[in-house]
Amino acid sequence: MLRTTPLHDRTAPLNQGRNWRRWAGFTVASSYELSHDREYFAIRNSAALLDVSPLFKYHIAGRDAARLLDRVVTRDVGRTQVGQVLYTPWCDARGKVIDDGTVARLAEHSFRLTSAEPNLRWLGDNARRLDVRIEDVSDRTAALALQGPSARVILERAVERDLAAVQYFRLTTGQVRGRDVTITRTGYTGDLGYEIWMDATDAIAVWDALIEAGTPYGIVPCGILALDMARIEAGLLLLDVDYVSSNQALIDAQMSTPLELSLDWTVAFDKPQFNGRLPIRAERERGPEWRFVGVEVDWVSLEDVFTSLGLAPRLPTQAWRTSVPLYDANGIEQIGYATSGCWSPLLKKYLTLAHVEARYSSPDTPLQIEVTVEHRRRRAQAAVRRLPFFNPERKRA
Amino acid sequence: MTGSTRERYDAVVIGGGHNGLVNAAYLARAGRKVVVLERRHVVGGAAVTEEVVPGFRFSVFSYVVSLLRPEIIRDLELPRHGLEILPLESTITPMFNGDYLGTWADHDQTRQELVRHSRRDAEAYDTYGRLMHHMAMAVKPILAMVPPDPTSLAPSDLRGMLKFGRTFRSLSRTHFHALYKLMTMSSGDFLDEWFETDVLKATKSASGIIGTFMGPRTPGSAYVLLHHYMGEIDGAFRAWGFAKGGTGAISTAIANAARAAGAEIRLNAPVSRITTSNGRVTGVVLENGDQLQANVVVTSLDPKRSFLALMSEDELPDEFVQDIRRYRIRGSSGKVNLALHELPDFTCLPGVGAHHRGAVSISPSMRYVETAFDDAKYGDFSRKPYMDIVFPSVIDPQMAPPGKHVMSVFVQYAPSNIRGGWDAAKREAFGDAVIDAIEVFAPNIRGAIMHRQVLTPQDIEDITGLTEGNIFQGELALHQLFFLRPAPGWAKFRTPVRGLYQCGSATHPGGGIMGAGGRLAAIEIRRDGVR
Repeated sequence: MLRTTPLHDRTAPLNQGRNWRRWAGFTVASSYELSHDREYFAIRNSAALLDVSPLFKYHIAGRDAARLLDRVVTRDVGRTQVGQVLYTPWCDARGKVIDDGTVARLAEHSFRLTSAEPNLRWLGDNARRLDVRIEDVSDRTAALALQGPSARVILERAVERDLAAVQYFRLTTGQVRGRDVTITRTGYTGDLGYEIWMDATDAIAVWDALIEAGTPYGIVPCGILALDMARIEAGLLLLDVDYVSSNQALIDAQMSTPLELSLDWTVAFDKPQFNGRLPIRAERERGPEWRFVGVEVDWVSLEDVFTSLGLAPRLPTQAWRTSVPLYDANGIEQIGYATSGCWSPLLKKYLTLAHVEARYSSPDTPLQIEVTVEHRRRRAQAAVRRLPFFNPERKRA
Repeated sequence: MTGSTRERYDAVVIGGGHNGLVNAAYLARAGRKVVVLERRHVVGGAAVTEEVVPGFRFSVFSYVVSLLRPEIIRDLELPRHGLEILPLESTITPMFNGDYLGTWADHDQTRQELVRHSRRDAEAYDTYGRLMHHMAMAVKPILAMVPPDPTSLAPSDLRGMLKFGRTFRSLSRTHFHALYKLMTMSSGDFLDEWFETDVLKATKSASGIIGTFMGPRTPGSAYVLLHHYMGEIDGAFRAWGFAKGGTGAISTAIANAARAAGAEIRLNAPVSRITTSNGRVTGVVLENGDQLQANVVVTSLDPKRSFLALMSEDELPDEFVQDIRRYRIRGSSGKVNLALHELPDFTCLPGVGAHHRGAVSISPSMRYVETAFDDAKYGDFSRKPYMDIVFPSVIDPQMAPPGKHVMSVFVQYAPSNIRGGWDAAKREAFGDAVIDAIEVFAPNIRGAIMHRQVLTPQDIEDITGLTEGNIFQGELALHQLFFLRPAPGWAKFRTPVRGLYQCGSATHPGGGIMGAGGRLAAIEIRRDGVR
């Protein structure tokens, strides 16, 4: 049997269609209601509550904790303040991305690292001769994401204090019904939102408190299908979907560098040493061959493909996670591939996340995308867009 | 010559094991008039299914399949001729402390299980798997290749060496180093570089000792690890399966394909002599006196039997005879087949469960496996042997009467040259040691047994003809592989006698139900154009 999260007793009865999917060896809800629509709109209009406990979580403590993290990740951990959270990728010695996640500085010598895949061995290998303790706290730490415009007011009611001071990518601690929680202003939706970290044994109590506090504000338990749409709108990468870990890749062509994933802003080149620094710096000199961009499918062109067959345009109701070829504007040469895509009901646009050759990566570069209509492969016009597609003021406000 | 006959064939294949049958099928498909001569009443050699007790069908010797070359399955259309391979998905290793280690078909499930033992190893396991995938990718083309002679300047050898070289050039530095280590290290040492969980290393290293007279700490055993990793099913490496109907069903499917292509298969037809004249093969003489004439004779037997028993030394060059004498065979394993009225109930996983659909490895610790080897090293069978156990009737219920079961126990070590030689008493003592060792982990086993078949290396030799009962027709040691298998200069399926070919597991690429030798030999025979 796959494992269930500490919130299973609450989430299971809510799952109307018994739609579960796998996440890191756990079952999590695809959607609670029979359609994920309301859950998606909750992220953007009220608040969505997500069980994100399957994330891998490591507690890294000791005099050299920051040094270890600085060896491993590309961002500058040493310069972060206590209470700050960083999003960061990390690389192997060749500068190929292994995984990405967040680093939260809980105290001067204490950090929490989250990741999509297990990284204990990699952290241990990098910790030689350092005064640091690495503990896998994945199982004893539960995590909830509260995301959406009403997230703050709901959470304030639950922790019974004002959270206005907690800025974007900062953390605080508090209590929910007497249970200790850490609150980070982070999330995977590109919206105003928080992630709440707590002891697994407290998870149910915290869930109940949030549901109770949130009900007047329209809180909705939300599954992975809705999250997947929101994260595409937010232009956020997903391991195993948008890129392959260099640990998993069988050939070099499957690997990516941070620059190829357009994560340039996460690479602290002025840091003295971190895994992959020299190759990434050399790559910066010559310019990366690939870039990760947003690609918007042109509506008129897509509609034409359907209309020519006597059909009305049919749009995906869920985010897709397959590789779709992208061609140059003349449709001659394949110059990239989209790895995720969805129709954005909010933006009314057909969005994809894509790898393109660097020379096709500037915003508004015209492209063509393969669309399969009535069993045949056709092409629609598309264009490169700056990420994120959706970036509301409230996210940082 | 009363009663004896003279018949003429394009090719005579000695031995109706899987390689002989594959060879005959390919030759027949090429339009040759072929006969396969099998000593026993059943085809298959070591890949046979026999109803030893009424209603209970045993894969008497070889019991799982993985290495059977996909090109052979395609070329001979084996599924059409009855081959059906069922998945064998898991391995559990019961431990002395009442726990177990399991690996399952599902990645999440395996990770979850390994995490119980070591989080670090759970992560290393994936990386190790990918490395072995690369190694298998590197070696895979070599399996389908006639080994070139590196000392020869003949164009075909140079081309072969070039291809060989390209295979290795395509490896990254780290992969090349890993391959070198696999070729030279002991499986124990190799695994020490990866894992910390003793029972995991013990179980993995066990696949490095199967069929060889080595312990997990013997240098060179890491290669056997890779040899077993190379098995593929439907293009996926390391997939092990179970042939519906037992391994004999594989032989039957190949035999059906051979017959459909026009080959004749004679059972109960032991060969007494390979005949030659002026350095050319002329045919064979059967034990019943029948003479079969052919310009091509292909032996699928092991080289000691082919060249030292069926031929006289003066028909062969001295040097070759010496090489064959030196060729290391050494039987190291035995087999116990059980008919059961109930499945063993393992203390670590009580009741009947998913683990009965996979293998059970009795390799609780590195020390256990190495100690098992120590017994053999000094001429005894292991008092506490390493065992690889499967329950064919769980996977294919037709292997036993409804509700009853068959259990296949591969046992190592059982040295062929046991002190004082094998006899009935030793066989029973060996069988008892096996049951005792299983009983430690599954206390109901003794009471569940309805019938027990114990096969020592001597029995394996007596029944199948495999010298010393070695399952690979000679150890898979680096000095006996590729262009050195079975002898330097004679790795291309040819022999010093014109028209006499070899195609058994003693030829490249070696043992397991692979069939590669049979196929490659047929290709070489056609290339030589002898008819």
